[in-house]
Amino acid sequence: MSTNETTEAVEAVTAPVTVPVPVTVPDRPLLQTVGLSRHFKVGAKLFSHQSLHAVDNLDMVINEREIVALVGESGSGKSTIARLLAQVYKPTGGQILYQGKSLASLRRRKEQLAYRSDVPMVFQDPFASLNPVYKVSHGIMRGLKLHRPELNAEQRAAEAIRVVEAVGLNPAAEILERYPYELSGGQRQRIGFAQALAYRPKLILADEPVSMLDVSIRIGLLNVMAQLREQEGVSFLYITHDIASARYVSDRIMVMYGGHVVESGPTEAVLADPQHPYTQLLLAAVPDPRAPLAVTTEAARAEPPEVIDPKPGCRFRARCPIAVDKCHQITPKLEVLSPAAPTHNAACHVAADRHAGQAAPASA
Amino acid sequence: MSSSTLLEVTDLRVVYDTARGPVEACSGVNLTVGHGEFVGIVGESGCGKSTLLFGIAQLLSPPARISGGRVDFKGHNLVTMTDKQLSALRWKDYSVVMQSAMNALNPVRNIGDQFKDAILAHEDWSKAQINDRSAEVMRLVGIDPVHLRSFPHQLSGGMRQRAMIAMALLFTPDLIVMDEPTSALDVVAQRSLMVQIKELQQQLGFAVIFVTHDMSLVSHFSDKLLVMYAGQVVEAGPTRTVFDAPSHPYSQGLLDAFPSIRGPKVPLTGIPGSPPDLGKPPSGCRFNPRCPVVEERCYEQKPELYQVGAVLSRCLLHSSEVNR
Repeated sequence: MSTNETTEAVEAVTAPVTVPVPVTVPDRPLLQTVGLSRHFKVGAKLFSHQSLHAVDNLDMVINEREIVALVGESGSGKSTIARLLAQVYKPTGGQILYQGKSLASLRRRKEQLAYRSDVPMVFQDPFASLNPVYKVSHGIMRGLKLHRPELNAEQRAAEAIRVVEAVGLNPAAEILERYPYELSGGQRQRIGFAQALAYRPKLILADEPVSMLDVSIRIGLLNVMAQLREQEGVSFLYITHDIASARYVSDRIMVMYGGHVVESGPTEAVLADPQHPYTQLLLAAVPDPRAPLAVTTEAARAEPPEVIDPKPGCRFRARCPIAVDKCHQITPKLEVLSPAAPTHNAACHVAADRHAGQAAPASA
Repeated sequence: MSSSTLLEVTDLRVVYDTARGPVEACSGVNLTVGHGEFVGIVGESGCGKSTLLFGIAQLLSPPARISGGRVDFKGHNLVTMTDKQLSALRWKDYSVVMQSAMNALNPVRNIGDQFKDAILAHEDWSKAQINDRSAEVMRLVGIDPVHLRSFPHQLSGGMRQRAMIAMALLFTPDLIVMDEPTSALDVVAQRSLMVQIKELQQQLGFAVIFVTHDMSLVSHFSDKLLVMYAGQVVEAGPTRTVFDAPSHPYSQGLLDAFPSIRGPKVPLTGIPGSPPDLGKPPSGCRFNPRCPVVEERCYEQKPELYQVGAVLSRCLLHSSEVNR
């Protein structure tokens, strides 16, 4: 917590109030995206020109040893981002910079391999992501052979045991000899992390790693993530729709809606004072067993956002309780609302106007 | 069976016949549901909660079978009824909402056709009656009736799940059994569906048995809560009491597994380990390998359900209170 405060303080001094994107003030960014977009062609017609804007104009930074949570509902584009970063999809616009170098410039297979071993992905469904006919060790060994050819067989075996122990599975040697069906869902997902860890990654893309698991074992995996960051210095992009688990594990949070990032900033700051109405809605929807018994009937009608050939304007406007005329015409930009919190950004006209009004009450 | 009781499950046992011999997935469960009551059943995967639900609704198919106990519903023992007798009750008196609406709806037929099938299986209604009733239940769950002509893939996950609930409401049954209807939805859709179920329940007065692994989900909605572990009920009582003062270490563990969105950030541990193999359950208390407060006697003595205030708890910690 104390380190967070110091980085914030540093930014407060160095960052100008009108921050030009991309924001690269703090530590050296490990991975950065600039104006990243991915559109998909849709429509039944052969030469359809409709396009679905899954991700639009994304500027994102992930620093070393940082856990960034990407939160949003299904269809908001968060998995598309993970796939773009994992190079499953090619971007239709913008670029991804890894350690300052554009991914599009990686030509040689060796460079591609190096990126993939630095940025592996952990998938949502541990029941589908492990090959059922091979032992657990198979996936880990293959990764080791491919990405770390300098190791001999003995070192590979030792490394496999090390990574399995690192994700909290004991006894490691025995677990490695098992088949996926002999493991529970939580154990399988730990194996997923162990596979990623075997490459000595810098950043793990975790796409809803706990949503298929029981609530009682989710927390164990979140703890594994936090522990891997501490011990192995790995960064995480943690994708989830559960904002409470994002709070538990992440340093920074980005809230997505309809392909746009609508709010971002240090997790505690965003959750303590959410600016965007969608973030507020997400927070209100989290069931909290410790809260007193009260059934609120907020209008949370799930109206999917318009992402096929969207017109300008805020994508949340159809569901927004505070939408004004401007929201239908101008797409709000992700910007710093209050100079007091230079790392907390939101894309909302109403919130921006409110802050502008507070900052200059005389002009109002 | 008192007049306010709608469903009474007595000592229900369900076994799966496996190559290694019968495995009991549901060991002597007792449960009463009153008219208009909302009962939540929570537990991890593999604890027998879905098996219990299917046992109540008589939907078990081999290798599962009911090996003992009764399910009394409106004066009938469902366990001993034939399929023909059951089909008179099904859908009209009790209906079931399945976990995955994506798989439960027929992908190649539109929603209206599927409603029609369900209606015609039970009633001999005219076309106009069918259309009116279908539109009415769609409006009840907040979907525009034009979607009766939509196919399942044209609806969002939340709408599909709502359509399933609309279908369950066709004959306004007294009891709706729901098997994790919200688990495939995101948090906002989940919340709005829960609020809607509760509103419909207050409006139409049906009783609900709601199965979920997410204890926090039912915290604000259910009247009564059953916590299951390894085929047994380990805690049962009024929802609020169970949440405020869980009397079984397992309920406590489930409750402590949620990161909170408010208040200070505290390190959580969840429940280490995994549920036992029901083919060879641990001796004594079935929770003993994972229990944080395990004692010597937990390995030998099988705990009963002990009355602790308003709740029943299957933990030896409370056995002394009974003896006193």
